[in-house]
Amino acid sequence: MAHLNEENLERARRLVAVYPEPRSALIPLCHLAQAQDGWLTPEAMEDVATLVGVTPAEVHGTATFYDMLHTEPVGRHVIAVCTNIACMLAGAYELLDHAEEHLGVSAGQTTSDGEFTIEEAECLAGCDAAPCVQVNHRFVGALDAASFDQLIEDLRSGMRAGEIPRHGILCRVERSVGLLAPGPTDGAGQHGAPAAEGTAP
Amino acid sequence: MITDVAPIVTSRMGYDDSHTLERYLATGGYEGLRRAIALGAVAVREEVDKASLLGRGGAGFPAGRKWSMLRQADTSYLVVNGDESEPATFKDHLLVERDPHQVIEGAIIAAFALGVSQAFVFCRGEFALGLERLQQACNDAYAHGALGSRIFGSEFSLDLVVHPGAGAYICGEETALLESLEGKRGFPRIKPPYFPAAIGLYGAPTVVNNIETVSNLPWIVLHGGDRFAALGQGSSTGTRLFALSGRVERPGWYELEMSKTTFRDLVYDPSLGGGIRDGGELKAFIPGGVSAPWFGPDQIDLGLDQDAVGRAGSMLGSGSVVVMDHTTCAVRAAWRITRFFARESCGQCTPCREGSGWIEKIMRRIEEGNGREADLDLLMDACDNIAPGVSWPPQQTTICVLGPSIPSSVASGVRMFRDEFLLHVKEGACPMRAAR
Repeated sequence: MAHLNEENLERARRLVAVYPEPRSALIPLCHLAQAQDGWLTPEAMEDVATLVGVTPAEVHGTATFYDMLHTEPVGRHVIAVCTNIACMLAGAYELLDHAEEHLGVSAGQTTSDGEFTIEEAECLAGCDAAPCVQVNHRFVGALDAASFDQLIEDLRSGMRAGEIPRHGILCRVERSVGLLAPGPTDGAGQHGAPAAEGTAP
Repeated sequence: MITDVAPIVTSRMGYDDSHTLERYLATGGYEGLRRAIALGAVAVREEVDKASLLGRGGAGFPAGRKWSMLRQADTSYLVVNGDESEPATFKDHLLVERDPHQVIEGAIIAAFALGVSQAFVFCRGEFALGLERLQQACNDAYAHGALGSRIFGSEFSLDLVVHPGAGAYICGEETALLESLEGKRGFPRIKPPYFPAAIGLYGAPTVVNNIETVSNLPWIVLHGGDRFAALGQGSSTGTRLFALSGRVERPGWYELEMSKTTFRDLVYDPSLGGGIRDGGELKAFIPGGVSAPWFGPDQIDLGLDQDAVGRAGSMLGSGSVVVMDHTTCAVRAAWRITRFFARESCGQCTPCREGSGWIEKIMRRIEEGNGREADLDLLMDACDNIAPGVSWPPQQTTICVLGPSIPSSVASGVRMFRDEFLLHVKEGACPMRAAR
């Protein structure tokens, strides 16, 4: 847990290259750093800053605007329970109460073994399966108390690891397509070779 | 009336592998793009004008007119807005996860019509699976020759980047979305300029279209704008994807012909909402996302029509309908919606930042039984400070429309259910608690 490792630095450089302006890669790089460590470490924010050409403070200032970017450690499984209107009408607060009691922590907190963080989420666009729950941003369907407990058991035993990977967004699909060489603005072309075209993984 | 019009944007939802290139090609995929290239950009723009396609993101602005405002410049961009976060809206989630190639093809057709060579699909970060499928579709489209240099052997070249958001409602506002895409905090930009078509991404002219809007383009190009415009009536043409949630038996997405179908059909028809859950009674419904003022049962026979809903004092907005029944506490419902706005206000403008927080606090104390009778007037006064007159459409005192959206639910609650608010004060508790 610290700086981006070599493999991720290489991925990060490729990501910067798909955008006309390097700074546009700031948020995707934060997602990449979270895929590595689960949260945005100060060292990773320094790396992101260097890669996109801003100060670490600018990365931190930007990251703290966004709900998905964590500048503090979180559990291996971040469980987001939506309590917005559609889910509330389907018993979301009752489910959240149960989740807090079952795991012994309040929303916003992490269990002492580092396994689970509970978040009270805003609408996750899963209102047809309410109350809607995500684990590491994967939809796990409408849950009640019993199916929540089963979910926790399955997550502990690792039996849903394939379907619910670790943190990070867009890390399981190759992202090397994007910008034609040379880029249309001054910012492009300065950051290494342009991305190859037509390279499906 | 529920018409038997064939679906336009949900035609592949019956297939388990609807997200794959193989299925897409087997079901007419990328034929729209081939036809667009054969027709030429001018003809494609004419078809979209003829279709009278209204933007499906929430504001309902005609897509063709938005395109026509694009300032001529050496560099311009197309950005597809898939940051869907309006509470109770889940249509874009469906489209990116289940038919990502249709989104990509629509974006390519839009870029071709506009003559831009760089496009972005900004997709909400919480859609992890949708993002993976969208990126895979993008990679496959390059390999298929539908993206990159000389698309399908033509002179047209386009690059497309799938961009993940990071969790902020405000980034659905198009200028905030562009700020976010530039790697910054999602602060909406000062207007004017009113449209990114003048000054957008990196200061270049930019068209921002919603995911559902561009998903209609392959069909429009293949079948013609006139056939699209023949569906629906008045300015509400084509079909639309409605998201139904709340206290109904069958919450879900339903693609319906615009205008012809009514809210009653949507909520009660056995093939759609299936009626109020557990045989309950309809109390109120939100016709188009939580930014919209509520309707009572007396407005259930209105058509799913942008103009009709507007004239009745609300909006069709993002096409999401939330149903409240007799067990729903109006105070609690309005409080939860206000809490959302208080959390999601970006903080730039005082009326929105402070107003949402204070309204949320007052609403909560009423719901918890600590309210005062004078709180009702205080709430309306706070609403008036955000959107003077608390009318519809609202007056704006802020940079973007998040602020003026705050009073919708509060004012609806106070005006439609004043007695229920007062009962909370009188009893010192929520009178609906037992019903839940």
